[in-house]
Amino acid sequence: MMLIECPVCKEKRPELEFRYAGEAHIARPEDPDALSDQEWAKYLFIRSNPRGTHFERWVHAHGCAKFFNAVRDTVTDKFVMTYKCGEARPSPEQIAERQS
Amino acid sequence: MSQYRRTKKGRVDSRQQISFSFDGKTYQGLKGDTLASALLANGVHLVGRSFKYHRPRGIMAAGSDEANALVAFDRGEARVTPNMRATTLELYDGFKAQSQNNWPSLNFDVTAINDRLSAFFPAGFYNKTFMWPKSFWDKVYEPAIRATAGLGPAPKAADPDKYDANYTHCETLIVGAGPAGIAAARAAAKKGGRVILVDEQGELGGSLLSAPDQKIDGQPAWDWLAESLAELDAAENVTLMPRTTAIGYYHDNFLGLAERLTDHLPEDAAEGPRERLHRVWAQEVILATGAIERPLVFAGNDRPGVMLASAAQTFLNRYGVAVGEKIAVVTGHDSAYKAAFDLSDADIEIAVIVDCRAQVDQKLIAEAEKRGISLRTGHTVTATKGRHRVKSITINKVNGDQVDPAGETLECDALIMSGGWTPSVHLWSHSKGSLQWRDDIAAYVPDKPNENAICVGACNGDFGIGAAMAAGAKAAGGDHTFDVDDTWPWTGAGTLEILPTHRDESRIKAFVDFQNDVTAKDIRLAVREGFKSIEHIKRYTTTGMATDQGKTSNLNGLQIAASALGRPVPQVGLTTFRPPYTPTTYGALAGNNGGAAFDVVRKTSIDGWAEEHGAVFEPVGLWRRARYFPRDGEDMHQAVAREGKATRDSLGIFDASTLGKIEVVGPDAAEFLNRMYTNPWTKLGVGRCRYGLMLGEDGYIMDDGVIGRLADDRFHVTTTTGGAPRVLAHMEDYLQTEWPDLDVWLTSITEQWAVIALNGPNARKLIEPFVEGVDLSSDAFPHMAVRECKVCGIDARLFRVSFSGELGFEINVPAHYGRALWETLYAAGQQYDITPYGTEVMHVLRAEKGFIIVGQDTDGTVTPYDAGMSWAIGKKKKDFVGKRSLARPDIVAEGRKQLVGLMTKNPKTVLEEGAQIVMTPNQSIPMEMVGHVTSSYWSETLGHSIALALVADGHDLKGQTIYVPMPDEMIEAEIVDTIFYDKQGEQLNVF
Ligand SMILES: [Zn+2]
Repeated sequence: MMLIECPVCKEKRPELEFRYAGEAHIARPEDPDALSDQEWAKYLFIRSNPRGTHFERWVHAHGCAKFFNAVRDTVTDKFVMTYKCGEARPSPEQIAERQS
Repeated sequence: MSQYRRTKKGRVDSRQQISFSFDGKTYQGLKGDTLASALLANGVHLVGRSFKYHRPRGIMAAGSDEANALVAFDRGEARVTPNMRATTLELYDGFKAQSQNNWPSLNFDVTAINDRLSAFFPAGFYNKTFMWPKSFWDKVYEPAIRATAGLGPAPKAADPDKYDANYTHCETLIVGAGPAGIAAARAAAKKGGRVILVDEQGELGGSLLSAPDQKIDGQPAWDWLAESLAELDAAENVTLMPRTTAIGYYHDNFLGLAERLTDHLPEDAAEGPRERLHRVWAQEVILATGAIERPLVFAGNDRPGVMLASAAQTFLNRYGVAVGEKIAVVTGHDSAYKAAFDLSDADIEIAVIVDCRAQVDQKLIAEAEKRGISLRTGHTVTATKGRHRVKSITINKVNGDQVDPAGETLECDALIMSGGWTPSVHLWSHSKGSLQWRDDIAAYVPDKPNENAICVGACNGDFGIGAAMAAGAKAAGGDHTFDVDDTWPWTGAGTLEILPTHRDESRIKAFVDFQNDVTAKDIRLAVREGFKSIEHIKRYTTTGMATDQGKTSNLNGLQIAASALGRPVPQVGLTTFRPPYTPTTYGALAGNNGGAAFDVVRKTSIDGWAEEHGAVFEPVGLWRRARYFPRDGEDMHQAVAREGKATRDSLGIFDASTLGKIEVVGPDAAEFLNRMYTNPWTKLGVGRCRYGLMLGEDGYIMDDGVIGRLADDRFHVTTTTGGAPRVLAHMEDYLQTEWPDLDVWLTSITEQWAVIALNGPNARKLIEPFVEGVDLSSDAFPHMAVRECKVCGIDARLFRVSFSGELGFEINVPAHYGRALWETLYAAGQQYDITPYGTEVMHVLRAEKGFIIVGQDTDGTVTPYDAGMSWAIGKKKKDFVGKRSLARPDIVAEGRKQLVGLMTKNPKTVLEEGAQIVMTPNQSIPMEMVGHVTSSYWSETLGHSIALALVADGHDLKGQTIYVPMPDEMIEAEIVDTIFYDKQGEQLNVF
């Protein structure tokens, strides 16, 4: 079982306390009606599903109940870092630094 | 003392005799024995029958790698544990075990005829046999195979033992308490931090327990071991855990440790839990898991009395048991010589050492000569004889590729073998550490780690004791090197191939996987039949798929497959290692979550009353809910008819506490609900309620419920029983991540309020005397109103709502008052024949009114339009979750399944929920299915059956006849409106 650092609680806690919540940094459009069907379908259904670095959302369901973002490597299944909702997507340099 | 016991050898205590029973016969053993060592001391080699061919099998190993000697460990009828390895069962006074997989007895097993019929059991036997006819699968093949092949049966009674579990953290976890592991533990103890040292055996020491003549830092090995363990035991930061198997190694240095606490104790001394599963997070993991000796593959290598050389050495040095009086040795690796010399030095006759290598180390030759042992290099074993124990072997000279057919038969009563050593990389592989092939030892060894882990000693392919101990110490931050005399030659890749033979290889049984009865011939057949991947060969032949997961067989099988494929081993790969390392009891995995704690039942505060009043329950989500309350002799149908009629005629009482409840509070609460639900909330007055429909962003119905406005900035939201956590998470998601600017707080209050629903024309009359401060008249307190008030003096939230179509109230009180209020209302309601009803009537009454149940009449692909609920959508709202999706092309397309009512032509026929619907009855199969029945009941009120269904374009098909094909009839029904009862809603407003 993985240990996941909750950026709100600032503690590493067992995976059991958390729930995965899909890819991160996909903002709901301000005015959905302004989107074409294709654009809306892209927002709704299309995800990057990368091999390697993945930006994703987690929620500390059995803890502070806060959603947060994480960088996880989908090959090694290792968490590189976690950060609060609203914070910018970490740069490749920041990620590389954490991985080293 | 038996002729096989060597009282001067071993760590067993010859002053402590203990008696034990095997297959009903009583024997004597010594304290410190395993079942295997004690049986061997009594000259018993035959202990089991093989899985498929029922061949006689003996003890082949001395530890958890044993593949043959599986027995049923018997601690009383409900405590029989099948398939335990005789080599890992510690003896105690009164110990009992039985052999398994034989009938009528171990010595005479009629199903051993399978061995003679083995031509009919080739590789892929199951796959091939089960091809045809299909109808034979369940009825003929499966039972026949289950009856004749297989392992021991599980006990039928519930397991009376307790199991425990905990979570632990440590800085250094060391797996394996052999020389490398102990050296690591000592260094780690000095370094500081919490240290855990685990070993699967009852006694710590690993290979040192079998090497009494070894010297370490000038001390005899056993003295060094005792001192080291005493030092570790005294260290406050060290936990020693014998009888503990590291069963799995997972992400983030998380390991499962199964500790066996009582199996080694007499039953009357066994207290507390039988096993404890430790879930451990370790900062660093040091794997010192050793290596497993490989058997050699030759004809008759499975006969009782044929065993691994290191096992014979262990039985002698650790248990003081000679596995025979005249022992033959066959090897492809130097290590077997040391075993032979130890046996010889204990005055056991060595019949011969057969080495399949042409050249061996001069020192070994000299030592053999010194002991007068006949050594045959460049030889092979081509046959063994002996019915229940090996009596002789045939050896032949090998000249290049040719085997001299003129063999020599030598008598012996045991044959010990070594095909080299396989590092135990199981845990390393669980952790996704990579492996590399080493030709010089013919084995895979650890390469790159994936976790903070390191392998030391034999599991890393480093076989010298001194080197292993230095590596162990270094891994734990120490720098101690050990003065160890381990100049013994330790070379030889071993032999992974079938030993050369002049015999027709298609006619001999040379076993690779002893436990699953897989021979070299089977593996070659699989390759001939076209299997190229080792993962496929494994599944086709079942090699490595027995309870030992191929500990002794994987590499031999791999090499034989690689040779047949004509490719080097590294190109053929290796099958995946999976937890658990050794078979683990379900009890250990279940831990404390057994019995009532297996799946904890959520009960309302009124549940006890329902139980006392004979309710029949059903699970709903995690809750158990009263389904109906049968009176004397009633079946469900009769009870439901009575409860429903009583509710419509007078008064029914229903426990609705399981309804999900969320309090939505804050200045922006109404705006938040506007965005989360399809309906408009801004203009809903304080003290009023509205039905709310929640969609996913994909536009499909996700949940529904009544929402009451308690104040401008406070809403009491209800959800479906099963949907409450999902709805709260969905709300939190949008609130936290999309609209953090909204000032809203969400609180789950499901558990805080008990809810009693009263439905029926007399509902108001019943509650009126108990309600303080609310005018309950229809004008002052109309349908869909809510008040905070007192009921029976208890703070309450009183809703006037109805899920039945009758005049209805739902009284919310703090949960701990639920039962008291229920009993008060029930007593007062006797004058109205108040009738408790369960979820079944609740379902019927709502279906009569055409109210949907999300998850029953919807399935995650139903839009509000499909459900006929366009009225619930706030037309003027610019946006809400799911709104944009309602304009998607597929959502507005024709042909979508829409919710309709169904009335069967025969009013007595009740459709089956889930039944498929077709438009015309006379179609060929498969018919064109246009929908399915979602809800179906007998309506006592209406005197006919009713149903709801999803039918393609159903809204346009009112009045049409559809058909429901069932196995024995074709049911005709008419598509009707979804509201069957009181279409005008007059019943809601009776006074
Ligand atoms: Zn947290």
